[in-house]
Amino acid sequence: MRRPRPPLSARRAAGWLAGLGALLLLAVAAGAALGASGLAWRDLAAGDGTARLVLLEVRLPRVLLAALLGGGLAVAGAALQGLFRNPLADPYVLGIAGGASLGGVLAVVLAGAAGARLVPAAAFAGALGALVLVERLATSRGRLDLYALLLTGAVLNAFSGALIFFLQSVASSEQLHAIVFYLIGRLPSPPPRTLLFTALATAVATAALVRRACDYNALALGEEGAAQLGVDLERLKRATFGWASLLTAVAVAAAGPIGFVGLLLPHLLRLAAGPDHRLLLPAALLGGGAFLVLADLAARTLLAPNELPVGVLTALLGGPFFLWLLRRRAREAPDG
Amino acid sequence: MDDARSAPAIELAGLGARYRTRAVLHDLTATIAAGEVVGLLGPNGSGKTSLVRVLSGVLRQYSGGARVCGEEVRATPQRELARRVAVVPHDARVEFPFTALEVVLLGRHPHHAGFAFEAARDIELARTALARAGAAALADRPLGELSTGERQRVLFARALAQEPRVLLLDEAVSALDLRYQVELCDRLREIAAAGTAVVSVFHDLNLAAEYCDRVLLLHAGRLAAFGPTAEVLTWARLTEVYETEIYVDVNDLTGSLVVTPLSSRARRALAAGRGPSPRVD
Repeated sequence: MRRPRPPLSARRAAGWLAGLGALLLLAVAAGAALGASGLAWRDLAAGDGTARLVLLEVRLPRVLLAALLGGGLAVAGAALQGLFRNPLADPYVLGIAGGASLGGVLAVVLAGAAGARLVPAAAFAGALGALVLVERLATSRGRLDLYALLLTGAVLNAFSGALIFFLQSVASSEQLHAIVFYLIGRLPSPPPRTLLFTALATAVATAALVRRACDYNALALGEEGAAQLGVDLERLKRATFGWASLLTAVAVAAAGPIGFVGLLLPHLLRLAAGPDHRLLLPAALLGGGAFLVLADLAARTLLAPNELPVGVLTALLGGPFFLWLLRRRAREAPDG
Repeated sequence: MDDARSAPAIELAGLGARYRTRAVLHDLTATIAAGEVVGLLGPNGSGKTSLVRVLSGVLRQYSGGARVCGEEVRATPQRELARRVAVVPHDARVEFPFTALEVVLLGRHPHHAGFAFEAARDIELARTALARAGAAALADRPLGELSTGERQRVLFARALAQEPRVLLLDEAVSALDLRYQVELCDRLREIAAAGTAVVSVFHDLNLAAEYCDRVLLLHAGRLAAFGPTAEVLTWARLTEVYETEIYVDVNDLTGSLVVTPLSSRARRALAAGRGPSPRVD
């Protein structure tokens, strides 16, 4: 017999968020303190100039970026799972990641030596292009059709994938290397400008999605049920699509398509804290951030001095989890 | 809001509706007052659910007039409409493991603005609603684990928690056992007596006959009849609309109508003169 779970109260939500916030802070502190060079907080305290450079100007920006992107992807995933009423949805179902990846790869191939610096901007442009395209194709009679949205996203991802394969086959071996690493997903140490922009976009988009948490709860009863509870469906669909796309675009532009964060975290949190989106969405921001910071820490230190792309690690963790989830759902499904 | 209070709960004025190219409702005109229980009857595909969808703001492309509490549905924002109109669907699938109590609390959603946590009063309303629907014991169970009948009681409770002025039920008691059918239909009468207009789709014509003040009978999207239950539920009209032989009698015990569809076996027996002939009234 399961212990009954009372309905969510502001107090319980605050308790969870305080706990996850503390976890995130610990993860960030650990992420900045540990690394291949062996320099740590105590070297910084001792006034070591190299430690200062490594901790505050190399590791910390990267750790903060990981926290923002991990949080943003998890929030986008949770919101999209709520919108599609499908726990297997993730930020990449919308086709935005396909467009962004294509943009990034194009920059590598076409821009030569300058390509590496242009990748984030090109990927972001690709994501926006995909967003406009998907929105147009999935709208009929002024309404955004969720089914068409999923299909369009899947087709766009596949099409972008084919174009990327084509570009890979004509790229030089040096470019190929850059493309492969970009597509796996790895975190750079970003300049303050990028960090600031990412923080701003993540904050605004997360706030916009959390504000609609009650609507996602109502939507659990289906589109018609939600409308009969007063939810303006068209606005909810468009807002979710737009803001989740922004979060995805920012993440893929900065670090490539890091997999599974947006799928895994909403799930773990739903299992632990319940399905209520008023807690799930903000918890995803903090939990997703902590998760990606720790995954990146592992990617940097497991094979030091070599570095694993963080996307490899998240996929290695996420793949088996995804399969376990599918099995679990199959077992729990009602008869027939 | 004196205007809204004095206006009839539901006014249909030449209402027509269509899905894409297929017309589903034609020229419906009817007025339903607060305090009534009205049965919405008709065969499959006659437009019952479409009418529920128009009145709940889900199907907004309609012609003619459909007013709820004096306000035209298509001009009323969805949230405002949901404060007045609650719908109990036939069934609902829930993807995430929300408990029955959480689902009932969703009935409070239209009364809150934006991001909000329920107040103690909301929880109390939800628990009272669960108790009134005979579902208090289900409060902590995930909705997806309930039987269809149990789920119908929880969805009924959710609509009660919404505190509507107009309660619409779309075959909402069909999966209930006899005890709960009677309990919930008794509740419908109580709710109506407290000043809510109740409109319920029934497939069980005997339940409709027992509980409805008036009956709105639809046939192919048109109004076949609208009037006091005993006047509408006649052998001739039901047999025509449902396109099968139906026998209508009066229950000696309660005085309410008994509606019996005749099987082909019974019809053959009657035609062969082996049984009482159907009463033509």
